[in-house]
Order: sequence, then structure tokens, then C-alpha cells
Amino acid sequence: MTIKNITNSVSAQRRVSTLIYHALMILVSFLMLYPVLWLVASSFKLNGDIFTTATSLIPKNFTIEHYINGWKGFGGYTFTVFFKNSLFVAILSAAGMTLSSALVAFGLARIRFKGRNFWFVLMVITMMLPGQVMMIPRFVLFNNMGWVGTYLPMIVPFFFASGFNIFLIMQFIRGIPRDMDEAAKIDGCSWYGVFFRIIVPMIVPSLVTVGVLTFMGSWEDFMGALLYLNKPATYTVAYALKMFNDSSMSDYGATFAMSAASLVPVLTLFFFFQKNLVEGISVQGLKG
Amino acid sequence: MKKNSSLKHKCGTLLNQDNVAGYVFILPFIIGLIVFTAIPFVTSLYLAFTDYNVLSAPKWIGLDNFKKMFFEDKLFWTSFTVTFKFAIIQIPIKLTVALLVAMVLARATRVTSFYRAAFYIPSLMGGSVAIALLWKQLFSPKGVINQVLGFFNLPNDTAWLGDPKTALGTLIALGVWQFGSSMLIFLAAIKNIPTSYHEAAIVDGAGPVRRFFSITLPLLTPIIFFNLINQMIGAFQAFNSSYLITQGKPLNTTLYYGVHLYNKAFNQFEMGYGSAMAWFMLLIIAFFTALVFRSSSTWVYYESEGK
Repeated sequence: MTIKNITNSVSAQRRVSTLIYHALMILVSFLMLYPVLWLVASSFKLNGDIFTTATSLIPKNFTIEHYINGWKGFGGYTFTVFFKNSLFVAILSAAGMTLSSALVAFGLARIRFKGRNFWFVLMVITMMLPGQVMMIPRFVLFNNMGWVGTYLPMIVPFFFASGFNIFLIMQFIRGIPRDMDEAAKIDGCSWYGVFFRIIVPMIVPSLVTVGVLTFMGSWEDFMGALLYLNKPATYTVAYALKMFNDSSMSDYGATFAMSAASLVPVLTLFFFFQKNLVEGISVQGLKG
Repeated sequence: MKKNSSLKHKCGTLLNQDNVAGYVFILPFIIGLIVFTAIPFVTSLYLAFTDYNVLSAPKWIGLDNFKKMFFEDKLFWTSFTVTFKFAIIQIPIKLTVALLVAMVLARATRVTSFYRAAFYIPSLMGGSVAIALLWKQLFSPKGVINQVLGFFNLPNDTAWLGDPKTALGTLIALGVWQFGSSMLIFLAAIKNIPTSYHEAAIVDGAGPVRRFFSITLPLLTPIIFFNLINQMIGAFQAFNSSYLITQGKPLNTTLYYGVHLYNKAFNQFEMGYGSAMAWFMLLIIAFFTALVFRSSSTWVYYESEGK
């Protein structure tokens, strides 16, 4: 056997293994996404076909009727109302979380003040506290403040930063050389100037990550709506979907259509900000 | 420049001192910690020893809630066992799958980002109401799962969500399906392992299996440890899948601790009892976290220690 023959057979072997690898990965990817594909396919099928042609992903009789019927909502409120409500809550939550977490992260990462380590440790501890322990007393608190039935309990807490997000932005700030701040300070910039003019423009990717993750969490939040919303006019999409399903048990098509619609914002954000999200999740595990 | 220096004169002296500015920046965290964490935390401990229904003032009843929890409320133990079972089955499967897939994906190719996205998307929306409603239909008696089984001539008449033997498994499957974020964390960690380690091992004649057990796995133990704690805290608080898909049925085999707590506190307005349950959950989570921490010295490998 010549050397050329050996390299040929090695590269052929490698090509076959690459082929098997991709074939397997495509199959697994398909299985992973199958439930979602099935949901979308079913939302375009006639009600009579959904379960009789369940294994087919291509609608026999294509229809968009479910989207039209489903969108009418229930109790006199259309899904336009629910989407608006969700957008309102999610955008404010995301904005509040991003701003407050960035401020705190900068303080903890850059300024050497008395007690900094103490607050940092407290922040790490809050990351491990189970939220459900706070569920009842928070409800009592918001109830006493007269906030039950409004969006305030679902928005206001987001303006006070959260451990994970502070941590994520801190990791990012640590990657910026301190010379930058010092040069700016020598030029007469205050800490506030350093933050807004030097740091913020450089940590935009991490702010996007926090903003998008918070938006998605808020968009999908069911528990908050379950606890605090009591009038259909105020329902968010997540909660409205559950109520809609309860009120139109047999109209599977409409439920599937509205379920699919409710996932659109989350998926859209994922496709636009995939890189930010993947990095954000990865940082979660890589504590410094 | 001039504007800057005059501004610096006015408030720079005090507000710009490190000790003051530091606290100005972390003020949101401090307020949030006090109002939305510390006060609720203490209140909840107090409420655990009271009889409280929101409408009238809490009444101190000592240890009665705990007595009721341990000796009278059968559902308390049911929900505790269910949650424990859920956690102990789901977490190992989920983390093993996440690690295996991350190992495979770490082999860098151009399309990896497509596969990564496909595996991560379920994590992204798995907790949503939409997916919960979908899961219910996929596993219904005439649902697609049974139809596919029928296609392969397998038994296809299981009422997955109605049968006490399979209902919890169906919810565990939903959890395992969402292995994506653990996978991403593993993936980042695997890529952080210097390739020189593997090269040196190859020179020494180590095969891929040996390299996995002698290099990759030991270096990943801190991340496995982190994922384990994260998943544990999450599993004990699980709520949505049970509440939306099975409502604890059949025969309470899917009654999560979180769902029972919610029912007690917000359907029967036994807020004191609910708080007692919440604190018990906190202790259980703390216990298991401590257990994992304790054991970590025997299996978690930190490079800097140079073991």
C-alpha cells in the first residue's frame, strides 16, 4: 500500500464518520423539535384532522381558521389585549432589571468601598434562595399595599436587580481594563460619568442578554399572573392561554393556534439574540 | 471640560467618594434585598407559627402547623414523596443527557450552532403554558405518542397521564426534554479545557474513553456540582407542569410539593400552614445542598488544589 492509498482510506473513513455524525444529529434535532413542529402543524389542521392525522406534519386540509377564531379570545377580550398586556409587563420588567443590575454590577465590580465583600456574599446567597419561600409573604405584602389585581407585583421587584443578572454583568465588566476608568477619572470624570460614558457602551452585549432573558421569563411567567391578576382585561398571554383552554376544551385547533402564537415573541428573540443568550447561559456556570 | 469640573466641585467631593458612590450604585440591590427578600423571609417564618387566612390578623398557634404537617396532613407526605421521586429520577437523567450531548457537540463543526439551537429551544419554552397544554395532548390516549407506538406495533393504549404508573414519568420526560441550558453550561466548560491536556494524553497513548474519564470528567466536576445544585433547587420548586398538565392527578401521583403548598395557601387560604410548608421546603433544600457540598470534597476536583 502506498502512502497515498493510506491517506485516502483514512480520509474516506473520516468522511463516513462525519456523515454518520450529521445524520444522527439531524435525526436527534428533529426529535427534539418534533413537539413544537407538531404544535405548529396541528394549528393549521381542521379540528377533525388533528388527531386522525396526528402523525403527519403536513396538514391535509390547510386552514388558518383557528388563528382567526382563537384570536377572538374569551370574555369579550381578544388576544390583542392579552398580547399588549404581556408586552407592557415584559418590556418594563426587562428595562428595570437591566438598568438596576447594571448599576449594582458596576458598584460591586469596580468601586472599592467598605463592606463590598459583605454585599457580594449576600448577593451570591440570594441566588440560592428558593423563591417559593417568599411567595406567601410577598403576596401578603402586595395585598396590604393594595397591589393585587394590578401589574405592580409583576413589575416593581424587577427594578431592584437580581443576583444572577448582577453576576452576569459583573463578569463582563471584569473583562474591561481598569486603565479605562482610571484615565477617565484623571480627566475629571466622576464614578457616574465613568459608568454611563465608559462602561455602559462597552457592556451592551451583556445588557442585551439580561434584557432578553428577563423579557422571556416575564413573558412566560404563569405563577405571577395566577397569583395577582383577577380580571380578564388584565390577563397576560400565558394566563389567558390557560383560561382560553379551560373555556374552549374541545376546540383544540384554536388552543394550538394561540399556543403557537404565544411562542412567536420568544422564538423571534432567540433567533435574533442567539449568541448573547448562549453566552449568558454559559457564564451562569463559570463562576469566577 | 469646564462643565465637568464645576459639576465635580458641586457633588464630586461627597458623592464621588468610593465609600459613598459604591453604596449609591448598589442601592437598588440593598432596597430589593430588604423589601422583597429579607422582610418576606422573616414574615414567612413568623407566619409559619400562626393561623392566618389573610382576612383576619394572624393568630399565634405555636407548633400546630408543623404537627398538622407531620402527623395529620397525609397529602403533605404524598407531595413530599412525589417531589423527591421527581427530583431523584429527573436530575441524573437530565444531567447525563446534557453532558453526553455537550461532549458530542464539542466536536466543532460549522453546523454545531444549528444543533445547539435545536437542543436549546425546548429549554427556552419548556416551562411555558403553551408547551404544558401541548404535552397534555401529545400524551393523551389518542395522542401522537400512542399513534407512533401503534405505527411500530407497540402497545398503544396507555393513558399516559391518567395511569398512576406513568403520569409522573410523563412529567419527568418534559423536564428531561429541557436539558438544553445544562448542556450549554457543560459545553462552555468543555471548551475551556486546554487542548494541550488531550494532546499530552494522546502522546501517552490514552484512548478517547480513558481521556474522558481521566481528563474531561474530573475537570468538569465543579460544573456538574453547580448544575446539580441548580437543578435540585429547581426540582423542589417545580409547579407549572403539575398544575397545568395533571393537577396532581391521578391519585395524587403527580402532586408536587409546590402545588400542594399553593392549594393550601391560595385555595384554602391556610397561609400560616403554607408558610410552614415553605420553610420546611427551605430546610430540605438547605439539607440536600449541604449534603452535596459536604460530599463535594470527595468528588469535585479543583485544578488549583493540584490534587
